[in-house]
Amino acid sequence: MGKTLYDKLWESHVVRELPDGTCLLYIDRQLVHEVTSPQAFAGLRAHNRGLWRAAANLAVADHNVPTTERARGIIDPTSRLQVETLERNCQDFSVPLFAMDDARQGIVHVVGPEQGATLPGMTIVCGDSHTSTHGAFGALAHGIGTSEVEQVMATQCLLQKKVGAMRVRLEGTIPNHVTAKDLALAVIGRIGTAGGTGHAIEFAGSAVSSLTMEGRMTLCNMAIEAGARAGLVAVDDTTIEYLADRPFAPAGKLWDQAVQAWRTLHSDPDARFSKEVLIDVSSLAPQVTYGTSPEMVISVEGHVPDPCQEIDPARREALVAALRYMDLAPGTAMTDIAIDVVFIGSCTNARLEDLRAAAGMVRGKKVAAHIHRALVVPGSGLVKRAAEAEGLDRVFREAGFEWRDAGCSMCLAMNADRLEPGERCASTSNRNFEGRQGQGGRTHLVSPAMAAAAAVAGHFVDIRQWI
Amino acid sequence: MQRFETLTGLVAPLDRLNVDTDAIIPKQYLKAISRAGFGVNLFDNWRYLDQGEPGQKRARVPNPDFVLNQPRYQGASILLARANFGCGSSREHAPWALLEYGFRAIIAPSFADIFYHNSLKNGLLPVVLPAPEVDRLFRVVEKTIGYSVTIDLRHQRVVAEGQEIGTFDINPFRKDCLLGGLDDIGWTLQYQADIKAYEERRRQEAPWLFPEARTKQ
Repeated sequence: MGKTLYDKLWESHVVRELPDGTCLLYIDRQLVHEVTSPQAFAGLRAHNRGLWRAAANLAVADHNVPTTERARGIIDPTSRLQVETLERNCQDFSVPLFAMDDARQGIVHVVGPEQGATLPGMTIVCGDSHTSTHGAFGALAHGIGTSEVEQVMATQCLLQKKVGAMRVRLEGTIPNHVTAKDLALAVIGRIGTAGGTGHAIEFAGSAVSSLTMEGRMTLCNMAIEAGARAGLVAVDDTTIEYLADRPFAPAGKLWDQAVQAWRTLHSDPDARFSKEVLIDVSSLAPQVTYGTSPEMVISVEGHVPDPCQEIDPARREALVAALRYMDLAPGTAMTDIAIDVVFIGSCTNARLEDLRAAAGMVRGKKVAAHIHRALVVPGSGLVKRAAEAEGLDRVFREAGFEWRDAGCSMCLAMNADRLEPGERCASTSNRNFEGRQGQGGRTHLVSPAMAAAAAVAGHFVDIRQWI
Repeated sequence: MQRFETLTGLVAPLDRLNVDTDAIIPKQYLKAISRAGFGVNLFDNWRYLDQGEPGQKRARVPNPDFVLNQPRYQGASILLARANFGCGSSREHAPWALLEYGFRAIIAPSFADIFYHNSLKNGLLPVVLPAPEVDRLFRVVEKTIGYSVTIDLRHQRVVAEGQEIGTFDINPFRKDCLLGGLDDIGWTLQYQADIKAYEERRRQEAPWLFPEARTKQ
């Protein structure tokens, strides 16, 4: 029987297997950030342990960093201490670090691929659930907790048990104005936030093949929102073209050798999956979430659902609680929902392609008068620089957006960028949990183009008919 | 890691689906650089009426409607929860907060993957029972003040009032670690020679994965 891509990645990294199937799995790359690493470094110090392979790690501060007036440093003393602790730890343990004033600084899941530090066939971990992003490159990538961060630092291995392989096939031509974000939300809407639990999801099908690497990263990024351990996409020409000449990617003869190996990173035609889902995307509309879980999502043409129609009592109660928190009445048309804040950014949607799509919606227009704040936060310093070279910063600024420095920003509101209680946000991030973007804040997840159009209109619009 | 063998404790019910790790411990508390101090901020947004900030000195305003604030659930060491508990962010601060508050086990019909593993690595036992049994437990717990159960890890069973009410699965390796209070790093380092041999083999197959070795040569 043929192997799945997940099988291939797993098998090539097993150092030792225990009788019960638990494996010592070798980790090729660890990405490190300031929030989930201090206790891991402290643990190493407490046990007088060093790093097994310092060069396999790459660190960058992203969660806590300010996105304005970088030169002033970090005002909040607890955030500052955390970022300084990362810098000191990286120095003490010889971990490569992109400091806050480095142009390469940015969100760890944008930086890794951009640098070519994410390569096909690797196992990649980071103390952050959105590590699933890197699966877009045919790498086995997943988020881990701090104990595991410490373990990878000390041993370059993790203790893992193989999960099931699930395939989500997205077939058909992706309609205009429908993006990878809409595909991701539609998948989660279909299978639920626990639909991928106990599985690695391979995204396949003609719609996935047609996506750019940016789009594939968006899709894999949200695999965790479907409960999956990892998201995966097979390697093809798009993958290889993206990686050519990236600073951390191999060069010369080694590149040719690597490409040859990478070409085998796909599921065999006769591979069997433990779960399969098929979605025809050819009539998919832009998606908008209405609740406090990413599975509470509907097409922009839809209406806020009525809890009375929900048969399952626990789900009904969850929907009632969500609509109360979101202050939405059942039956409200999604396009009638007015917003206060717009956030374009995050590891889901802050790459150049995302910023281009958003800029395309606002060029020559103005942010609606009642919008409190509209932020564009590029995913990295290099994304920012590339966007500026194309004049996107001017497009956003002239429309009334703030053009910020790179970081996680309002996706999780650990820095100063956050929603005030009751504010409603069109956000290109990945989680609409209660309080995620600030206590009492209300999040609607959308694509960059949808968020940008909502900023101009002041409410959600069906961008397919809007222009 | 604290050992886990048998636990008899008061059960507190948290009747919500998809409880995410942002709800378990909100992000403003993740700025800490130590492992301690998270218990007081467990479920912060639900537990208190005022907005919390790390390191604040003034007394908090408890939310009397939040279940863990009810006098009958004080001292609970077992949390009864709904499906997909611990979804969202990978923050290990979530099990740290639950443990420091006093929970040693969580019973739910399902858990999010990363949270499940983070819990096991910290001596917090996630127990999966079938959804109908969890439903029944929610009803009994709400009806019965002081309702407690015993979780027997060695025999992988849950006992209430002398009756077995369910059995649960656990990876045998993880079970041994919990029973012995063993940590993963010490265990893994027994296999240093295997790791080095793997690296040697891999370096031949895929030398681009070891760029630092090239510069050394």
